[in-house]
Amino acid sequence: MSEIFQSPRGIFIGALFIVLIITLLWAIRFGRRLAKTEVTDLVFGNPQKAMGGYHWVVSGVATVLLLWLYFSWDAARAFFPNAGNELCQVAKVESAVIPMRTTFPFEERLLRGTTLLNRDATQLEILRNQIDSDRTDDAQKAQLLPILERLKALQTGLASPESVAPETVTALEAIAARVDAVAVKLDAAELSEEQLAAVADAKANQHGWGQGSPEIPDDPVTERGAIFAAVAPELTQISSDFVKVRNTNPAFLEEVAALDAEIKAIPKDEKVVSDFGKQLNKMLKRIDDGAVFPPGVLAPVEKSLANLHEVQLDKKGSLNWIDSIAMPGGRILAGNTACSEQGSGRWLPKPSDTVATFARLANPNIGFKNIPLLSIKQKPLAEMVGFLVPDWIADLVPGAYPRHDENGNIGENLKSKVLNIATGNFPSVSVPVPTGHIWDSIMRVLAGLFFGIILGVPLGLLMGLSRLAKGFFDPLIELYRPVPPLAWAPLILTIFGIQDDGKIFLLFMVAFAIMVISARTGATGTQLSKIHASHSLGASRWQILRNVILPNSLPEILTGIRISIGVCWGTLVAAEMLAGTTGVGFVENVARKQSDYEIIWITIIILGLLGLLFDLIMRWVINKTIPWRGKG
Amino acid sequence: MSDLIASNVDMTFTMPSGEQVHALKDVSFTLKEGELLSVLGPSGCGKTTLLNLIAGFLRPTGGNFELNGAEIDGPGVERGMVFQQGALFEWLTVAENVDFGLRMKKSPKAVNKKKVDEWLEIVGLQGFGDTPTYQLSGGMQQRVALARCLINDPDVILMDEPLGALDALTREKMQSLVLKIWKETGKTIMIITHSVEEALLLGERLFVMAPRPGRLHKEYKLPFAEWGLQQDLRDVKKHDEFGRVREEILTMIWNMEEEIMGKSA
Repeated sequence: MSEIFQSPRGIFIGALFIVLIITLLWAIRFGRRLAKTEVTDLVFGNPQKAMGGYHWVVSGVATVLLLWLYFSWDAARAFFPNAGNELCQVAKVESAVIPMRTTFPFEERLLRGTTLLNRDATQLEILRNQIDSDRTDDAQKAQLLPILERLKALQTGLASPESVAPETVTALEAIAARVDAVAVKLDAAELSEEQLAAVADAKANQHGWGQGSPEIPDDPVTERGAIFAAVAPELTQISSDFVKVRNTNPAFLEEVAALDAEIKAIPKDEKVVSDFGKQLNKMLKRIDDGAVFPPGVLAPVEKSLANLHEVQLDKKGSLNWIDSIAMPGGRILAGNTACSEQGSGRWLPKPSDTVATFARLANPNIGFKNIPLLSIKQKPLAEMVGFLVPDWIADLVPGAYPRHDENGNIGENLKSKVLNIATGNFPSVSVPVPTGHIWDSIMRVLAGLFFGIILGVPLGLLMGLSRLAKGFFDPLIELYRPVPPLAWAPLILTIFGIQDDGKIFLLFMVAFAIMVISARTGATGTQLSKIHASHSLGASRWQILRNVILPNSLPEILTGIRISIGVCWGTLVAAEMLAGTTGVGFVENVARKQSDYEIIWITIIILGLLGLLFDLIMRWVINKTIPWRGKG
Repeated sequence: MSDLIASNVDMTFTMPSGEQVHALKDVSFTLKEGELLSVLGPSGCGKTTLLNLIAGFLRPTGGNFELNGAEIDGPGVERGMVFQQGALFEWLTVAENVDFGLRMKKSPKAVNKKKVDEWLEIVGLQGFGDTPTYQLSGGMQQRVALARCLINDPDVILMDEPLGALDALTREKMQSLVLKIWKETGKTIMIITHSVEEALLLGERLFVMAPRPGRLHKEYKLPFAEWGLQQDLRDVKKHDEFGRVREEILTMIWNMEEEIMGKSA
């Protein structure tokens, strides 16, 4: 615990964690007190009771942040900055003994030999039933069944202590002794001068947990870690020696050879019999491994391993509860090259890392794939004019475009000048415009929405008022609308290209259908008496449309816009994932390919916040423009 | 010249199922300029159909209506209408609602404003010009509807159960207001109602209609509207003559309802 708050980031996160806990407790206490003192309605089900309560908002936010800090191990890293490295050394020992431990019922339910015997007996039984059926004649049965019986006898024979060769027993005892020796060494916890120097060196020069790559540095930085690291290589060697020990003896090998010869002698000309031959051969190859031992023979190794485990737990000391309590939902694993966090520590990025990554991405000079997330860029005015003014305007100017003369010079005339303006090819001042992934995504949504509204609303109103329009356009819209927008995406993106055109058209399709339906609902819902009244007040058709039907449909239209924004936003991200080179969805897709959980989470948060922002804006607009909604 | 003349009006609705409903049969009457007419009848007798025909929302299947010597064909600003629920435009303020007809005519704004203020004062809503209509009570909403209709200076005012949704007190005040407006403007007013008392109070003439098919059953000439201009409406109601006519009409309508029930049973 002496190394608490090694880095500024650790200090901040640690302090935040404590402050959040205090805040949460305060909010709960405040809320409980209020509930006691407040004169409340006794009736259950009164919606008024859900009003207010900002202290519960505080406690909700604090809980989310605490859970995030806790399950991402950010709190653990702040309070125990060396724990990652130490647990890495422990993990090295654990992964070294895994080949031995899996033989015994430590983490498994059964001894491995028991499992093997069970499995082989079942398969031999199945094979016997297949042979002993009308697929074979009596002569074939007489040839195959005895082999099967001898295979079974060979397998079960391995379980008998008499059949074990003395060398095997000696080898296993030697392994047990070596494991014991390691346990003693681990228990003694003595480090050589060299090893101590290496620890000091690593402590001075190696980066901290999460402050570089790999995330968890490999060399031990504490003496406790170094003790584990010191015994790991030896245990790896013992493990590899252990798995080479087999339960074989001369009589066993003789019988294996005899059975092999008999199986080879099974005639191959008849398919049924030769298939059974192959299966019998497969069983023999399994059994001749000699991986089954009588339980008693393995006992010394099992005992030694259990002892080693005890010593390990003892030496881990406080690491035991740091591992199980402070780092929930996963553990640190030792791989071939480096240790890594597994479980929630891996896929739930630490808030501090996330903020750091976000700060890096938010720097417009870095951004993501050389494009900033959101920034301001100087752009020539001409470029925008060129974008807005369609090029074919130049074609309308009378005359012909100039051609080059014999000297290769190209003259200018009015037509070519207009073309220059339409294509944005003229000197102009630069103006600051927003740019970046986020801006691109927003603009696509707004463009799709814009076209959806200006085309969808008039059509919807028309469909609400005219039987012809409703009947004619209804099938078209109802046929394309129920198709999920993403199902259209491959087609639309192929036709219109993977640049903005395709995405905007896709979003237009989404928004258009919603806007048509909501405008139509709005127009249909106009009270007849209001129409009658406006007729009696002398309004013309156009005036009724403009002054009565349109405002009356406004609540539905605005609700439609709100829904459209939500659906467009979702569709856009998916479309950007399918194709494209900018946009928040693109960023997330690239991050997914690189398994960069931090950037994935950052994009998720950005998308959530932008969606919320859009919705808040729409709520504000709705409150401002149609306070009369539902009050007519 | 600006009499409203109904000659042999017949109205038959054809339902989507092909069934024919005879809503009005051979209705003829003349409503002179400045007359106050109330129309009463059991439900389903074609009162509202009659009003919608005069307003021009429907076209009769037989006969015709004439106003100012011209046949009625479609809605027109010379026939103002007041609906049961006001039918106000809730997205507009009180003043904008009253102003609506003038704006549709594109008359100058300054003139409109003055007229709106005048009318708001007449209906007792001065100072409420900028209030959204949905914040008004039911009675106030009906005052707005009256002002919105009257500001266009229509020749005939058609009222479709205008006070039906109001509470008793408000209703009485509004009845006085209607009488006052009738007196001061001299407009022709036709009121449809299902309240016998209201029909008696707000009608120089009273048509009682009979159902199946809808037709004019009986006509009364009544003094109560004139009385109501001079004395309290409650005093008018206490009068013996008022009680006698009320009982007579109630019995008549009761018998009609009985007959309908008997027919359908």
